[in-house]
Amino acid sequence: MSLLHLAIFSPFLMAILVPFFYKGLRSIHTGWFVLILPILLFTYFIGFLPVTRHNQAVEKSFDWIPSLGIRFTAYVDGLGLLFALLITGIGSLVVLYSIFYLSKEKESLHNFYVYLLLFMGAMLGVVLSDNLITLYMFWELTSISSFLLIAYWYDRERSRYGALKSMLLTVFGGLSMLGGILLLSIMGDTFSIRELVSQAGELNGHPLFLLALILILLGAFTKSAQFPFYIWLPDAMEAPTPVSAYLHSATMVKAGIYLVARLSPIFAFSSYWFWIVGAIGIFTMFWGSFNAVKQTDLKGILAFSTVSQLGLIMSLLGAGAAALHFDSLNDNIYIAAIVAAVFHLINHATFKGSLFMVVGIIDHETGTRDIRKLGGLLSFMPITFTIAVIGAFSMAGLPPFNGFLSKEMFFTGMIQLLDLDILNLQTWGLLFPVLAWVGSIFTFIYSMMFVFKTFSGKYQPEKLEKKPHEAPIGMLISPIILAALVILFGLFPNLLSYTLIQPAAAAIVPSLVAPGEQLPVHISHWHGVTPELMMTIGVVAVGILMYVTLNKWIKLYTLFPGKVTLNALYDTSLYAAERGSYTLTKAYMNGFIRTYLVYIFVFFIGILGFTMWTQNALTIDKSNLAPIGVYEIVLVIIIAAGIFTILFAKSRLTSIIALGAVGYTVSLFFVIFRAPDLALTQLVIETVSVALFLLCFYHLPKLNRHEERMGFKLGNVIISVGVGAVITLMSISSHSNKMFDSIANYYIANTYKEAAGKNMVNVILVDFRGFDTLFEISVLAIAGLGIFGLIKLRLAKKGEEADEN
Amino acid sequence: MKTNDVILQTTSKVVFFIIILFAIHLFFAGHYHPGGGFVGGLMTSGAIVLLLLAFDIKTVAKGFPIDYKILIGVGLLFAIGTAAGSLIFNVPFFTHVFGDVYLPLFGETSLHTAMLFDLGVYLVVIGVTMTIIQTIGESE
Repeated sequence: MSLLHLAIFSPFLMAILVPFFYKGLRSIHTGWFVLILPILLFTYFIGFLPVTRHNQAVEKSFDWIPSLGIRFTAYVDGLGLLFALLITGIGSLVVLYSIFYLSKEKESLHNFYVYLLLFMGAMLGVVLSDNLITLYMFWELTSISSFLLIAYWYDRERSRYGALKSMLLTVFGGLSMLGGILLLSIMGDTFSIRELVSQAGELNGHPLFLLALILILLGAFTKSAQFPFYIWLPDAMEAPTPVSAYLHSATMVKAGIYLVARLSPIFAFSSYWFWIVGAIGIFTMFWGSFNAVKQTDLKGILAFSTVSQLGLIMSLLGAGAAALHFDSLNDNIYIAAIVAAVFHLINHATFKGSLFMVVGIIDHETGTRDIRKLGGLLSFMPITFTIAVIGAFSMAGLPPFNGFLSKEMFFTGMIQLLDLDILNLQTWGLLFPVLAWVGSIFTFIYSMMFVFKTFSGKYQPEKLEKKPHEAPIGMLISPIILAALVILFGLFPNLLSYTLIQPAAAAIVPSLVAPGEQLPVHISHWHGVTPELMMTIGVVAVGILMYVTLNKWIKLYTLFPGKVTLNALYDTSLYAAERGSYTLTKAYMNGFIRTYLVYIFVFFIGILGFTMWTQNALTIDKSNLAPIGVYEIVLVIIIAAGIFTILFAKSRLTSIIALGAVGYTVSLFFVIFRAPDLALTQLVIETVSVALFLLCFYHLPKLNRHEERMGFKLGNVIISVGVGAVITLMSISSHSNKMFDSIANYYIANTYKEAAGKNMVNVILVDFRGFDTLFEISVLAIAGLGIFGLIKLRLAKKGEEADEN
Repeated sequence: MKTNDVILQTTSKVVFFIIILFAIHLFFAGHYHPGGGFVGGLMTSGAIVLLLLAFDIKTVAKGFPIDYKILIGVGLLFAIGTAAGSLIFNVPFFTHVFGDVYLPLFGETSLHTAMLFDLGVYLVVIGVTMTIIQTIGESE
């Protein structure tokens, strides 16, 4: 395990320590301890820049489960490093911000930071794994930590709703993605992304190729909140604002974009990829910004804005796929789209992060995020206002901020698609620049709403819970840093060109970059009077006009019927699924253990008896049998006597004791057959289970044999005799059919040599079959906690009923 | 109903320690002789159950102020920690090491990481058994 692996795992290790910091050092905000880690990691990952800027990569690997071909290969190239820097950089700022946002007296900080660190580690794992299975594992872990963070204030109903929604949608996508990954590994016979990339040509013609493509895109689209899966993101805004800034705008939702970018070399040549990624992306971009305008919650605006911006980046990656249809870098203008995607990814993280923090400040200092209640805050919060202007103007695409540069490049990418005469672009290609332009107008409008509805206009102190004032300096540091970056990248974009953007873009289209070569990255403010510039001017002009007349046309939104939205579809289908499974389960689960046992046993007899019958498996081989001794006969008689006692016992206590006697006698059999481990275990288990029976004695109903009908008894007889007969026949047959050599010899030979143990049973348990034991004790633990939960729940309910009466 | 179980209570106090000692012996003997974490854990729980039968849950809970649910977690942590610990040494998940180490008092002792794993099993078994028995017993 290398330092790189340790860096990926360090957030998990830190998460273990968090509760101790929280309990032991209550007087210091736990966030200060946590803050150290992302800063260290950020500086560590900065150290990789000199390597990746020459399109080199660092690879460290160790065997995780070698027998299944699963290796944990940590792989740092331009793309992975860009994301790692985002995760740790924004992570540091968010942790710093959260120290002032979450009070150490009232909030359960230990939960918060454990979840946050869990997420950080998982996200680093996603972007730095070369093995698709490890990537998938970390991917699902990000969904789980996101679920936990959204439900951080779990006593709020909306939080739980939002958490569940995001979980269902992203895990649905994750499972589809797992399917896609497995198909890829079937096609390419490897889980390594780079090995798959090297076989991209052969994979393209494979019959499973299209299915794998769609499944993987489902994963990416659900995670990155693309249409029609975006509905979880606005509800995820119930999370604390630092979380929204971190997970739901800067990092986690970009995991889908990462996946699309990472797998572009495999899929992008396909025209399906171009059309699905490009079209869904551009439509999401339009739809998100269109819906953002009608929001009244500041976080709602930002949520839809994030959906829209993610669509923008996605559409650029789709458009960039066109680049692969050309062989060389010369005159390959479609590279520009890829470069724009990477650049906008960075810009979005900076300006959206700062805007989320601004919303957090407003919420924190006024007690509301509703733009109908806010207004005139400019005189109270001048610094916050400045940050908001910088962030929102960058988002709207105004110079001199970085958003202007990437928005221009976005227009370029969309316009260039018009020149393409492949992929049927002649017919539908015009939609791309048109939707991009319309979407940008709405982006402009909601950016203006964000700033001016909050900070200018009439101050309404009666609607605010608190008297507004400027935030403490600690809360301002992080958004100020981000806003400074917005300006810095806006004025000097070429700081990033060959350090971060070029290596990341080169990793997306590796086939076009010869060793030692670099992609051309030119970012400049002034290209002359171009269509892009005209489009931007158009956006500003129409945007201002529409913003001024906002009150006149905002009513148009109410024309959409509320019942046909995607949210309503989600709610009704969830409700229907719950009702349906409830009715179905109710149909056969009647609450009597006896009935369930009947199901199990009848099925058991049926399937085993049937198989034995059809496979002609029933053979009796009487050779090679040991002689039956006196002890065995005596024990069998005792067992039979015990069983008959149970059958005819009048009281339950007698049955329990007789059952115990049967169990003890069985363990005597183990003694005779020289299996001391089994005998010991059986003895102790019998003891404990008899004790358990005695403990729940009170709860069991009185044994009443008189009311049992004849048919009931007959059914019992048939089933019990059936089970006994099938088991007996099966044991005899399995003894008679020796299809394989016994594996006992392997253990006899290796127990001492390999594992230095003399007790074979124990060595098998803890060493040779250690995995089995590990999973068994996990199941045992789940069962134990389950029983605890069930019984406590029932008691709690009883208590409530008693209170009501 | 007041019952007189002086005999049961007095003997179980003594027998309890004998059983516990035997359980610990079983646990340590596991690698070379019959025994191991599972049986050891069960037998330890058996000893505690004996106390439960002789006294009542409250008295026993006072004697062992342990939250058995946490014991489950600690046990799982031991088991997974032992398995995952091998990764730090650049060997596949679940690789055990063993060797003879000189310990003061014990002399030359053979140590095996499998025992740490078994300790996890031991704790989980006690935790689960006691959680189940205690919750069912308490719900009366």
